[in-house]
Amino acid sequence: MKSILTLTVNGRAREDLVTDGMLLVDYLREVVGLTGTKRGCDGGECGACTVLVDDQPRLACSTLALQMHGRHVETIEGLAIGGRMSRLQQAFHEKLGTQCGFCTPGMIIAAEALLRRNPNPTRGEIKEALAGNLCRCTGYVKIIDSVEAATAAYGATP
Amino acid sequence: MSIRALEKARVGSVGVRTPLIDGVDKVTGKAQYTADLPAVGALCGRILRSPLPHARIISIDTSQAEALEGVVAVCTGADCKVPFGVLPIAENEFPLAREKVRYRGDPVAAVAAVDEATAAEALKLIRVEYEELPAYFDAKKAMAPGATPIHAEKPNNVLREVHAEFGDSQAGFKAADLVREKVYRFAEVNHAHIELNATLAEYDPERGHLTLHTTTQVPYYVLLKVAQCLEIEEAHIRVVKPFVGGGFGARTECLHFEIIAALLARKAGATVRVLQTREETFLCHRGRPDTKITIKLGMTKDGKLTACHLQATQLGGAYASYGIITILYTGALLHGIYDIPAIKHDGWRVYTNTPPCGAQRGHGTVDPRAAFEALMNEMAAELGLDSFAVRRINLLQTIPFVTAYAQKVMSYGLPECLDKVMKASGWAERRGKMPKGRGLGLACSHFVSGTTTPKHWTGEPHAVVNLRLDFDGGITVLTGAADIGQGSNTMAAQIVTEVLGVDWKRLRVISADSALTPKDNGSYSSRVTFMVGNAAVDAATQLKRILIDAAAKKLDARPEDVECDGEIYRVVGQDPGLPFSEVAKAALIDTGPITVKGTFTSPAKFMGSKSVRGSAIGATMGFCYAAQVVECSIDELIGKVTAHKVWVAVDVGRALNPLAVEGQIQGGVWMGMGQAMSEETRFSDGRMMHGNLLDYRVPTMAESPDIEVIIVESIDPNGPFGAKEASEGMLAGFLPAVMDAVYEAAGIRPDVLPLTPERIVELLDLRDGVRL
Repeated sequence: MKSILTLTVNGRAREDLVTDGMLLVDYLREVVGLTGTKRGCDGGECGACTVLVDDQPRLACSTLALQMHGRHVETIEGLAIGGRMSRLQQAFHEKLGTQCGFCTPGMIIAAEALLRRNPNPTRGEIKEALAGNLCRCTGYVKIIDSVEAATAAYGATP
Repeated sequence: MSIRALEKARVGSVGVRTPLIDGVDKVTGKAQYTADLPAVGALCGRILRSPLPHARIISIDTSQAEALEGVVAVCTGADCKVPFGVLPIAENEFPLAREKVRYRGDPVAAVAAVDEATAAEALKLIRVEYEELPAYFDAKKAMAPGATPIHAEKPNNVLREVHAEFGDSQAGFKAADLVREKVYRFAEVNHAHIELNATLAEYDPERGHLTLHTTTQVPYYVLLKVAQCLEIEEAHIRVVKPFVGGGFGARTECLHFEIIAALLARKAGATVRVLQTREETFLCHRGRPDTKITIKLGMTKDGKLTACHLQATQLGGAYASYGIITILYTGALLHGIYDIPAIKHDGWRVYTNTPPCGAQRGHGTVDPRAAFEALMNEMAAELGLDSFAVRRINLLQTIPFVTAYAQKVMSYGLPECLDKVMKASGWAERRGKMPKGRGLGLACSHFVSGTTTPKHWTGEPHAVVNLRLDFDGGITVLTGAADIGQGSNTMAAQIVTEVLGVDWKRLRVISADSALTPKDNGSYSSRVTFMVGNAAVDAATQLKRILIDAAAKKLDARPEDVECDGEIYRVVGQDPGLPFSEVAKAALIDTGPITVKGTFTSPAKFMGSKSVRGSAIGATMGFCYAAQVVECSIDELIGKVTAHKVWVAVDVGRALNPLAVEGQIQGGVWMGMGQAMSEETRFSDGRMMHGNLLDYRVPTMAESPDIEVIIVESIDPNGPFGAKEASEGMLAGFLPAVMDAVYEAAGIRPDVLPLTPERIVELLDLRDGVRL
């Protein structure tokens, strides 16, 4: 069975015919062509596929595409507006919050969700909010530094 | 200019904190990994795996699968009769099993079909008849007389046995005031790189050419082994490494799924994409083996080591892989960190019916180092000596130092590491005075900066870098080195920037594409910064000479009178000089676009000694040294150990990029933490019980400590700008350091890792005399 899916992806309205069982991660990667959302496990283990659905973080590997009907989905590709990196992207780049880069899109999206609901998180709150996103390269220290730096930048300029 | 602005202006130079040259692609989602590459029209490749740990294959019937609509190709062991393996002396693995399967998950057949569902359906239609054989999951049973050989050529199931003695260990133990022997057990661990294994194989049936994009650390090995197994010309294969999501050793050899993708693509005459699941990525394994270490140390009453005897038994899994090297490494790096008069080493690498182990960060050295340091701490305490004091008294006394294993220590920052980490951690004031349930522990560790003895001896230089300069004034660095996130692209560009004095943005790096870049031996043994870095220095030095000659000609001056101030070339003392773009154009006159080749070859004197058997392993030009203090707490009620803080001082020779060096060190320490605290593979009768990232417990952000890095620069005489490796040498130290911290916190000495709550509670009960 296939159904029409109407939603916005990174602010753009779309309408696609998708199979009922299609996962959001496959829809984004294979149908929309946004491969920034990664698959790092067999379902709900690693956080690499985290996307924003109406500002909330969500695992695209454990979400059906059709559940997104009428929703606003944002991926890593949508964060750089007008080609300018977001504060988080800038901070992850400058503070080396990324090494191999594979967990990075999911990590930045999860951090974006955190900052949207809590613009001034403590280190403890950052750790808690991102605990569902695994990284194997950094030991997390520079990821936390990056989120903190972005938070500071967020406070500095409205 | 403010200091920050000045720093910013120098980004890309050696010693300046420089973000990754490909970092923007990573944070914006533009970076394409193998599974992200366009694969329009590609067939879907899937692998059928053995359900039994050890069995003879009686028959395979693929006729029904082949008849299924949408199936384009089916391969079995009959499609490839050539075995492969990373070590030329131990190639005993087939991409698809022939005659026998040796672990649950051994590939048996593979299909290429129009889509995922058809491929999955086709696998169900393949009929395999097996005759089950006895399977072995521990060393004792595998080595027992009468055990069924897993490989016919090794009737006792021992891949390699090593025995070596340097100095007189018996005399050493006799001279000691205290001799202790202890057994430690370390669970098998896996790299758990977050990117799943994947290969995109394109076959051109007209020309017989094959192009592979794959998740590898060593594209060169993939090319060699695919050519070997498919029996086609190496010249007809192109291997490209796109962005790779981590490796940690897992991808330092050609793996079965890469050859299977190639076999399917050729048979189908098409493009085939093989995407592996997390479960399959775990099955492919190549991790650090389950290791039993029996270690005996002799010590005088002031803490001086008199002798060491280490015995290691590794459960290597079903195939040889790197096993011979891994077991040799358990002895090789007993040397080169302390001055020990006598060292005895015995090792057994045993075959078992589990997924094959291979190389993992700190290859072969982590478990022996952990056991050594743990016992050293325990004996120091018994003698009433401080952990730092017992290390200081055993330091190498004169540098350069030649070890009994024929390794040359050319730089040695360990004494400074000890001083700095002692101060930073407040050891002198805090150790022994920690509140109940909290403790500090210390350990040291080291690792090679690249092996000087490549596994495939070809007589070529150890590393080659090309630099291209064209009419546009852009400089392209061409290197075969595989950037897997460690930042080798950035490192190579920084070195060229530094030597040439050009603007960082003038550079681009193209790496790891066999059609474009010079061959590289690969990203393993922490060789890239040292070897490729030195080749980059050579290439940039040559290009600079060409540019200076061109500027001299244009300025009508002698080359020795031309000075280079950033991108301005001028006759000494004369203004205004020529900008880089003009000098570049001048250099192209008569010659056209310029390509220079820089090389690096390790001198033979660093390749071990013919008189020391096995000394080709652990032979290097420079060791990275680390000392670390771990602070932990223990919740005795639930047996939970928490690491709160790590202070780690690492002698990296010279930090070419302090930002990246810190990142590597934090990642290395943290990976040691995972092994110490929670990570272990588990099997039940050979069935994998850990095949996902929930059951295989990689530490999350919430349970990871702050890691404070102190960089020590000993300036190695042979490293590029004095640099040595910076990502493996600190890993092992975490294990014994936290074991020692647990002792201060709770008075127990763990001897089995990881420190799971069950094991901790057992030790606490033992301490308290609780009878169960």
